[in-house]
Amino acid sequence: MAQEDKENVIDQPEVIRHRMVTIEIAGKKYDVPEGITIIKALWYSGQEVVRGAGCLGGFCGACAAYYRTKDDPKVRTCLACQMAVQDGMSITMMPPFPARKATYDIQALKEPKQDLFNLYPETPLCRNCNACTEACPQQIDVREGVWKAVFGDFKSVSEMFMDCVMCGMCTPVCIADIAPNLVALYVSRAQGAHFIEPPLGLDTRIKEIQDGRFNDEWAKIFKMTEKELADHCATVK
Amino acid sequence: MDIHALQQIVHSTRDARRKQTIPKFPPAEQDQLIHKYHPDYRVSAYRPIRFGPNADDKTVVELAALLEGDSPISDDSDLTPDYTTDVLVVGGGGAGCAAALHAHGAGAKVMLATKLRLGDSNSVMAQGGMQISVASGDSPVTHFVDTLKGGHMQNDHDLLKVMVEEGPSIAKWLLSLGVLFDRDGDGNLHVKKGGGSSKPRLLTCSDYTGLEIMRVLKDEVLNQKIQLLEFCAAVELTSDDSGNCTGAIFKDLDNHRQIVVAAKSVILATGGIGRLHIQGFPTSNHYGATGDGLCLAYRMGAKLMHIDTFQYHPSGAVYPEQLIGALVTEGIRSEGGHLVNAKGERFVNELDTRDVVSSSIIRECEEGRGIRTMSGRIGVWLDTPLLDAEQGPGTVEKHFPAMMLQFERFGIDISKDPVLIYPTLHYQNGGVKIDTNSETNVYNLFVAGEASGGLHGRNRLMGNSLLDLMVFGKRSGLTSAARAAAMPHGKLTLGHLKRFRAEAKKHGSGSGVVSPMILPAYTRRED
Repeated sequence: MAQEDKENVIDQPEVIRHRMVTIEIAGKKYDVPEGITIIKALWYSGQEVVRGAGCLGGFCGACAAYYRTKDDPKVRTCLACQMAVQDGMSITMMPPFPARKATYDIQALKEPKQDLFNLYPETPLCRNCNACTEACPQQIDVREGVWKAVFGDFKSVSEMFMDCVMCGMCTPVCIADIAPNLVALYVSRAQGAHFIEPPLGLDTRIKEIQDGRFNDEWAKIFKMTEKELADHCATVK
Repeated sequence: MDIHALQQIVHSTRDARRKQTIPKFPPAEQDQLIHKYHPDYRVSAYRPIRFGPNADDKTVVELAALLEGDSPISDDSDLTPDYTTDVLVVGGGGAGCAAALHAHGAGAKVMLATKLRLGDSNSVMAQGGMQISVASGDSPVTHFVDTLKGGHMQNDHDLLKVMVEEGPSIAKWLLSLGVLFDRDGDGNLHVKKGGGSSKPRLLTCSDYTGLEIMRVLKDEVLNQKIQLLEFCAAVELTSDDSGNCTGAIFKDLDNHRQIVVAAKSVILATGGIGRLHIQGFPTSNHYGATGDGLCLAYRMGAKLMHIDTFQYHPSGAVYPEQLIGALVTEGIRSEGGHLVNAKGERFVNELDTRDVVSSSIIRECEEGRGIRTMSGRIGVWLDTPLLDAEQGPGTVEKHFPAMMLQFERFGIDISKDPVLIYPTLHYQNGGVKIDTNSETNVYNLFVAGEASGGLHGRNRLMGNSLLDLMVFGKRSGLTSAARAAAMPHGKLTLGHLKRFRAEAKKHGSGSGVVSPMILPAYTRRED
């Protein structure tokens, strides 16, 4: 068995070396183990993290961060729970950005495609600089999405932004003060609530339940002894 | 060995495995496997709780210490309310948002408090989908039976019937808010098959189901202008002279001030316990999953149930190191992904219930058929490229964009190479005992979602959590709102805490820890 174990061991250079790297967090240098995530590097460097951590799985957008690798002038964006540190990296967490969110009654909208221009009048002012797309850590073509929203292609927007974690990194870079993630959220909700036919089968099922179609089956089940119920369950494959 | 060399056995055995059918274990064998390998049966991990509503019941040592823990609030604290509301919702995940929206919709004044941001939760990470019996060949009764089987027949029947019957109307509500569930060509809701289910019943938004639902619910909470208290952690509840719940005390995590909220009823929607790292397991849970609601409710005298059973999701990532514990969605197995040991063999029906699949993975690893990493971890392969082989190139990318992106960041293409996985601490099966209105045995104290117990029995069926959140969030919200209209605010006292402290003293004092935990202690300190 020991032999077997040895055969099935994966090489993991990042683990063998236990190499320490020097990174900069908000302008201050720290030595941390190479390859750990940025969030773990924050903990490792002794920082209390309250803001800037959420699901830790790359879904909630709480840990939006900026980073620059050694000698590269390009500042990039990432989710800090999903990015490994490397030597010479400079990192800073993105502060909450005060983008304006419009409020609306999604069901009461009469002309959602027109309403976009009332709720977010800055949307058509996009100057095509593409900074939002470059800032997106989820690799969404944000700029294209904004234009599709303007031209009323809500379906495409809703599909393109399914990956959006609402980290908001597209907002501070916009020179037209558009908050593309909020625009896309409005557009996606409007698409779902107004431009897709309700599924017929669902209404049928709701009515069946209301009309008591399953009442006899329920009565049978609730009359069963524990043993009978277990036997009944075993017959369902 | 190089990882690609080790992965070869998965590639070379794929065609042979595709012809294979692995039957599910018969019940007796299932039980045997679980008893031998499931972490719930590791006796040394458990101890009896010494006092309180569940005195002498066993739970894991990590949770027992918190339940017996002392409150950070002193008996003579100033309880002058900073805020007054009808319904106070604690927790900003799926159950909290659903509760707040329904209570608000019913006309109550609502405040939603959360220790992180609105929406930071496990709900946002739910990838697999939401079980609702909408398909014509399916029924709520079949959903009930499947769930009961999955829960080892221990589920509360009344809670379960309510959940499965209200499912379809929940789907309608979410659609009306603009949630984009996947559809079939004919416009009906597309359903996928989940582990332990006899019918395809999972509603999905690709592998972003939880994210899509939470984006919409969060947005709706903001649109409805529900009062928010973010970065404020609930640390104690308040009670009147009869022991009924009348509000809560918070710690503002930004300025460390104490905030008192008077409420006609409190809904705890505080989620699970993954960040307690029970038995040293990594977890798929979010940063704040520290079981705070359990501690608060317990000190109030609320009874817990099934707190000796936890769900270890079969497929937590083991490699690369940065993704340890992160979930590899069950959807991969739903669509036919095989689990493969170091010898290239399948060893379990991949769509068996989570406890069975996890136990079988642990068995493979303990019996020397696992694959080790140099960081000392072990796992088995999940054959993701099989999906492209079966359903055509691009399937993995199209159906699991979130997974693809997560691994791509570390240079791994899961549509080409299998993923190494091992069970990860995922869900607390039990919690605070509730009735069908989501209320505990403490009057005006409601618990909704993962923090509650009874619904899922001893093993939650995949896809039932999202539905649980929506149904019991709604019921707690509606019940508390209806009650608020006809009742005055109660007195705010700490009578329950004095009683709890007296009881702790009688048993030679508490566990020596202060609870709730609020956030895990990951910050390294120089000694």
